[in-house]
Amino acid sequence: MRDTKPNNASPAPTPFMVPQVDVVEDSSGITLLADLPGVKKDGLDIKVDGQTLSLEGTVALDAPQPFDAVFAEVRASRYRRSFTLSNELDSAAIDAQLKDGVLRLRIPKVAEAQPRRIEVRVG
Amino acid sequence: MYDSYLSVPSGFLSDLDRMRGDIDSLFGWGGTSRAIRSTGGSTYPAINVGQSPEAVDVYVFAPGIDASRTEVTLDRGVLTISGERASDLPAEAPKTSVHGRERYAGKFRRAVALPDDVDPNQVSATYRDGVLRVNVRRREAAQPKRIAIE
Repeated sequence: MRDTKPNNASPAPTPFMVPQVDVVEDSSGITLLADLPGVKKDGLDIKVDGQTLSLEGTVALDAPQPFDAVFAEVRASRYRRSFTLSNELDSAAIDAQLKDGVLRLRIPKVAEAQPRRIEVRVG
Repeated sequence: MYDSYLSVPSGFLSDLDRMRGDIDSLFGWGGTSRAIRSTGGSTYPAINVGQSPEAVDVYVFAPGIDASRTEVTLDRGVLTISGERASDLPAEAPKTSVHGRERYAGKFRRAVALPDDVDPNQVSATYRDGVLRVNVRRREAAQPKRIAIE
């Protein structure tokens, strides 16, 4: 899985943040964890287009009234990041869970890509 | 709504800010004047502070923490948030490889100075969607009053 972090590509019309991720691979698939604080389930968009997996999330804070920001480290209201998948990953079987601002994606490998022990026949 | 306050220092200003930061670090200058507790470039968790005449709201962007084991204290006008975020990475195992390790894991502690007129007896904290919101009311006397003309 290649990371296609858009760093100095064409300037984006709206500012966005690149979420931090952990990517772990085991024999049956890949687990991707992404930090998306402030994103609710309906503000999250996960798309697979061909070999590209893209994550997009909108921050929704519960602000009861208009505020003046006195100090802001988070200066955009969107997260965006995309990844290039590879052939052995089954993009149709991706499972996604969002809990406490952490997205957990499980991308299984297609059955034939999972390691098999090859029997050696004695002939 | 919240949008205004997420992007208050306008895109242009924050770009300028970053550019100035880049130039400063390039020439070894002291950098721009920042809040003394946020001098680091990327700190976990990130904090936004907003205010209205009635209250000060501190938003702590701390995804994946155990709220019951996170400590929030307000002492002499300084709000401190501390806790620990467990690592989600599996223990070293054969046939498992870690391709990316960007998310913060471990203990954290951050502090922000609040305005002088906050009321330490009226603080509430809620944790939702990975954001801890601490709402501190301001003292009555500090709120603007409309004075009727007789």
